[in-house]
Amino acid sequence: MSTDNHDEGHELVPAEPLADPGLPEHLPRPTDVDEGAAKRAERQVATLFGLSSVFALLFCVSYFVFDIGDDPDTVGGLGASNVFLGSCLGLALLCIGIGAIQWSRKLMSDHEIVEFRHPAASPQEDRDEALAALDAGITDSGIGRRPLVRNSLLGAMAVLGLPAIVALRDLGPLPGKKLEHTVWKKGMKVVQDVDGTPIKPDMMEIGQLVNAEPAVFFPQDGEPELSGHKILAEKAKAAVILVRMHPDDIKPTELRKNWGVDGILCFSKICTHVGCPISLWEQQTHHLLCPCHQSTFDLADNGRVIFGPAARHLPQLPLELDADGYLVAQSDFTEPVGPSYWERDRTDLK
Amino acid sequence: MSAVSNGTTPAATPKPNPAGAVANWADERLGIATATKKQLRKVFPDHWSFMLGEIALWSFVILLLTGVFLSLWFKPSMGEVVYNGSYDQLRGIHMSEAYESTLHISFDVRAGLLMRQMHHWAAMLFIAAMLVHMMRVFLTGAFRKPRELNWIIGGVLLLLGILEGFAGYSLPDDLLSGTGLRIADGLVKATPVLGSYMSFFMFGGEFPGDVIIPRLYTAHILLIPGLLLALIAAHMLLLVYHKHTQWPGPGRTEQNVVGYPMMPVYAAKAGGFFFIVFGVVALMGGLMTINPVWRYGPYNPAEVTAGSQPDWYMGIAEGLLRIMPGWETHIFGVTLSWNVFLPGQIAPIALLMLVLAYPFIEQWITGDKREHHLLQRPRNAPTRTAFLAAMITLYGLLWAAGGNDILATVFHLDLNTITYFMRGAIFVIPPLVFILAKRWCISLQRHDNEMLLHGYESGIIMRDAQGGYTEKHLPLSEDRAYTLTARARDEVYAGMSGEDANGVSAPKARMDQLRAKASKAWFATNVQKPTAEEFEEAHHHAELEHAHDAPLEGHAADGHQFDGRHDVAGDDLTHKH
Ligand code: HEM
Ligand code: FES
Repeated sequence: MSTDNHDEGHELVPAEPLADPGLPEHLPRPTDVDEGAAKRAERQVATLFGLSSVFALLFCVSYFVFDIGDDPDTVGGLGASNVFLGSCLGLALLCIGIGAIQWSRKLMSDHEIVEFRHPAASPQEDRDEALAALDAGITDSGIGRRPLVRNSLLGAMAVLGLPAIVALRDLGPLPGKKLEHTVWKKGMKVVQDVDGTPIKPDMMEIGQLVNAEPAVFFPQDGEPELSGHKILAEKAKAAVILVRMHPDDIKPTELRKNWGVDGILCFSKICTHVGCPISLWEQQTHHLLCPCHQSTFDLADNGRVIFGPAARHLPQLPLELDADGYLVAQSDFTEPVGPSYWERDRTDLK
Repeated sequence: MSAVSNGTTPAATPKPNPAGAVANWADERLGIATATKKQLRKVFPDHWSFMLGEIALWSFVILLLTGVFLSLWFKPSMGEVVYNGSYDQLRGIHMSEAYESTLHISFDVRAGLLMRQMHHWAAMLFIAAMLVHMMRVFLTGAFRKPRELNWIIGGVLLLLGILEGFAGYSLPDDLLSGTGLRIADGLVKATPVLGSYMSFFMFGGEFPGDVIIPRLYTAHILLIPGLLLALIAAHMLLLVYHKHTQWPGPGRTEQNVVGYPMMPVYAAKAGGFFFIVFGVVALMGGLMTINPVWRYGPYNPAEVTAGSQPDWYMGIAEGLLRIMPGWETHIFGVTLSWNVFLPGQIAPIALLMLVLAYPFIEQWITGDKREHHLLQRPRNAPTRTAFLAAMITLYGLLWAAGGNDILATVFHLDLNTITYFMRGAIFVIPPLVFILAKRWCISLQRHDNEMLLHGYESGIIMRDAQGGYTEKHLPLSEDRAYTLTARARDEVYAGMSGEDANGVSAPKARMDQLRAKASKAWFATNVQKPTAEEFEEAHHHAELEHAHDAPLEGHAADGHQFDGRHDVAGDDLTHKH
């Protein structure tokens, strides 16, 4: 710092109080002066490198000795193969690493070296030369004198961006009205999500929650089956829960008066925050909690948000009974389910 | 290598040793002697904190190696198959090929589970090491001119690392990774105007579609690693060009760099360190379970597990999402989801911008346009250090908020209370931490000056003739004292004065005033190192004290010899009495 004269010119700045004593003297290590110590260090390093080979070979042995497959639980819940392969590989690598560092610390010269720095900037004459070259290039190209060439080139480059964007058009179809509808429709049975059993009101007790799905996901003989990822996409919107509450506890809005059957209501399972499936049900309070960010909905009060980051109530599916006494939908959801999006209010009817 | 042998006459150099022969062969084709003559003995200074970046670098190499292994079996496809492999509990279940092949790697490829776990542990280490490395660079002022661009590259690397980690986490298509994608879909949909279109383009239709995993796969093994590789190369090249920063000390100045040469010491240390990081990751992969996807089951958009958590580096985004109040605006028939859009899109972008712009903001405030190659101790930049302390606090709070359900169950607290607390805490606690950290830095600076001027407290108690007690202060060694003073004095920017200020437009003058104010807030309370006069005075004071203590000389209790005022080398210290 004593040579650091950036402050020149500010006469108020005091001089550096202490002078730089310079690099401390180099002190020899035991291995520098004692041939015995050096020999010992050499043996240590060589032993480590030797051990590494032993572990590498043990890795190969473990590879063939231990079965893998469906037993991830032997040896501390990890699987014997995994434990031995990992340990042998780890130790083989560590021995090389520790050996190399020991070598550098004990046996390689530890004289510190001084190198001088240069400013990051190039010397002034280089800059001048570079600028001159650039100027010469620009002049030779005539780009300054012929703005027409320059401007049309710039225009061409800008328009070239269009093909790049347009070519990506087929990344996916346009949303259209897909987010506004689900597979629910009038008369579709509400069935259990595990095995597709249709549900009658007397199968549910008060306070119970049932994870349910539309019956199309469980096609009867002869009905067309939805293909793999089509089902997932529909499930991501159509999954519902059924809850049964005391009819007196429920405070439906005017419009929803006849959306339930004997205190059984059906709500979308897809959180209106960012779309996690909701499942944590507190029967005393009628609260439904989303496990992702803890939005809490009051199902006795039309699925209103009572806590958390979600902004909108859970959509409700109007229920009725079919001729055989099974729970079916009165219609599709009357509003889009799941997370909000810009043009969502287009169909926010109720 | 000086011999030229491109003519018809054979080279006349005497037969060199084999290594020389190889070098000769290579140089005649590549001309590498010129390129490497300086670099081979390039000097690298040594300090434990310089290893953090190295950990990040080596974890990246491990990710490349283990990732290539995984890609030999992994099938990036969402096509539906029925599982038929070794893992009993899932046999007969419908799942995507991606999930099936992940199970295959885990249970039917020997060392496959090891590589998967190593890959995942290395990913965590990669991001953690980058983050801590970045904090080290920040705290020591290593981002200052001429290294601002390397700071920016570093910031982009961290961002890409996190994206890469998220893409990788999504590949196995298990229940947790699918839930992560579902949340990403919700975030995308909240984008004003374009949200639903972006979602449909991303997923090739309605979520989850059947293309997102192949697309993420391309990003994960080609696009992002390619960018990472290029940026890491640029990062290293700039490091070599600027030469590494160093801590100040005797003989270590702004004009030089002191340390060990690349060949052999640094090569052995850094190379050895690679094997150590690799070894530790292998042990972790062998002994610590991570992401046991077989327990979660295949993705099903109608299911979720309670207490589901993303990888740790997503924690603050998760926390922000969780504590954000449910604000949404419905106006002119459109929906604006502030509750998702602010924490999910605006906040991360704002944070990134702040990080990238930081060196320039600080430079503007301090007006410091000099090159800096000596590191600062965190205490000597109190405002910056306190700022980082506040940011770390904010990070910690958000991270805790991201696990509010876990906090609630572990500590038997009310979930809603935690959330309300966090909503206030992120605005109140970081400023408090800022104030405390700044004060602490300043008191450490005072303490340094105290030691410089009056020596350190020796613990030796002196009793004088009147029975008064004093503690003896011993002067610091010359090297230590110099090291403590090897820092620049801070200059508060005073703003344009008289003539300068005339003829400047009004907005410009206002900016200048703002800058002067900021500079004052930044620097004014800092403690500057003592001046030469202060040292002079302290020295004088010490002489008086010496005179006061002189009559007590010779009546020393054990240990008194070490008063630092005379040479004890010749004394027989143990058998004095
Ligand atoms: C640079 C940073 C990288 C990060 C942060 C990263 C992170 C991840 C993560 C977190 C996973 C999930 C692992 C799991 O199943 O538990 C993953 C999976 C995967 N990664 Fe990477 N990765 C990186 C680079 C690479 C590279 C360079 C490749 C290939 C060349 C690769 C290939 C894969 C493959 C094939 C999978 C799926 C395998 C599976 O899930 O079983 N990764 N990655
Ligand atoms: S997805 Fe339900 S609270 Fe976020």
